[in-house]
Amino acid sequence: MDTTLKVEDLHKRFGAAEVLKGVSLSANTGDVIAMIGSSGSGKSTLLRCINLLETPNSGRVYVNGELIRMKALSDGTAKPEDQKQVERIRSKLAMVFQSFNLWSHRTILENVIEAPVHVLGVPKKEAIEKAEALLAKVGIADKRNFYPNHLSGGQQQRAAIARALAMDPSVLLFDEPTSALDPELVGEVLQVMRKLAEEGRTMLVVTHEMGFARDVANQIVFLHKGQIEEEGAPREVLTHPKSERLQQFLSSTRH
Amino acid sequence: MDESLAFMISIFPRLLAAVPLTLSLTLISGVIGNLLAVPVALARLSPNPLLWVPSAFYILLMRGTPLLVQTYLIYYGLGEVLPGSFIQKTFLWPYLKDGFWYAVFAFSLNTAGYTGEILRGAMSAVPKGEIEAAVAYGMSPWLRLRRVILPRAIQICLPAMSGETILLLKATSLASLITVWDIMGTARQIQKETYQIYEPLLAAGIIYIVTVFILIRLLNALERRINQHRAAPVSA
Repeated sequence: MDTTLKVEDLHKRFGAAEVLKGVSLSANTGDVIAMIGSSGSGKSTLLRCINLLETPNSGRVYVNGELIRMKALSDGTAKPEDQKQVERIRSKLAMVFQSFNLWSHRTILENVIEAPVHVLGVPKKEAIEKAEALLAKVGIADKRNFYPNHLSGGQQQRAAIARALAMDPSVLLFDEPTSALDPELVGEVLQVMRKLAEEGRTMLVVTHEMGFARDVANQIVFLHKGQIEEEGAPREVLTHPKSERLQQFLSSTRH
Repeated sequence: MDESLAFMISIFPRLLAAVPLTLSLTLISGVIGNLLAVPVALARLSPNPLLWVPSAFYILLMRGTPLLVQTYLIYYGLGEVLPGSFIQKTFLWPYLKDGFWYAVFAFSLNTAGYTGEILRGAMSAVPKGEIEAAVAYGMSPWLRLRRVILPRAIQICLPAMSGETILLLKATSLASLITVWDIMGTARQIQKETYQIYEPLLAAGIIYIVTVFILIRLLNALERRINQHRAAPVSA
């Protein structure tokens, strides 16, 4: 099986604080990896370093086998060698944000076709057809001409997922996709994500939803203080946690 | 009193004939000024001092000196410099004999300063998450600016920008001081011809207020159209 995403020895510092202390990770096609950990463990930063929303200080990220070329700077930080390469790779890594981040000046349909048309150069007609199918798939076809502000949080997040799928991404990055939602809206978003996992999409999900991690993910990564403390199959990791930290974390999240 | 009224009514057609000139001054300076405001705002937001310092200075200069001073400096200053320069041989020369284009020049530069500052504020107010989404979906800096940041910023500052347009319309009356026969210029001409002081001013005032009223209505309609996303949702 080909490795869709590979992360090697990623380090990230914010000033004096080292948030990621050498994290490695790999995802094959169809993998659903749930990243769990308490807040401040670095899981969101890890996700954001993969598509370079944050620039890692060192380490390597490969997408479909292609290394994102970085050059180290004298002050200990690094920057991409080729911005065009970064933009191209980002378009293969579609991200779903905690606070949706839909473009509020565009309708739902316009949000979904925006990047395919203007970044990938897909003909508009084709993009619209595809967007309509995707909106139907996430259950908000009737909201296509609404503006994001007119939708509930759950509907906005499903629109954001449609926007991500429209890119035909190699990997879907989810950054706590249900954390900003009212409790009664969490289910509808998780259901869509479950469907995507069943289709064999490659997904990297930062989440606090332990039920989702247990039932949908095929791999769990537990981060603690910027390092991977424990990883493996959900049944194994969640029912027989080896490290004390994970045991503590699980007992504090169990309800 | 009746005589006054009759006189005012008699000069209305002449003043109304000057409305198109006032409107073209406003429209042309407004469009050029607002377009120039974009680079001014971008430069102002740049971390590079070679860009933001000149831009901040330009904004200060435009906002810190009276428009009349700017207009006079451009009209008389350029009037001194241009004849005999290479400009005289270019296609621009025929235009530069007319006070109208000096007024357009002065008002455009002034608008660029004011709107540039407004746009700068609006661009900083665009939600960070929406820009981040544009980055995450592979948009280049230029595409982000064109598709996300500018359209969002313009929505945010549209009320302030339409306020500026109203101010500009009234400020165009200064053009009357550099031989432009706009509404105000025509009123001054009538004053000189008839030795009537108040009636031409009063009539001009009435025409300005009606024009401004119509312009406000147009700008409000435009704002409603552009800011649809803030309005109540259409029914499902």
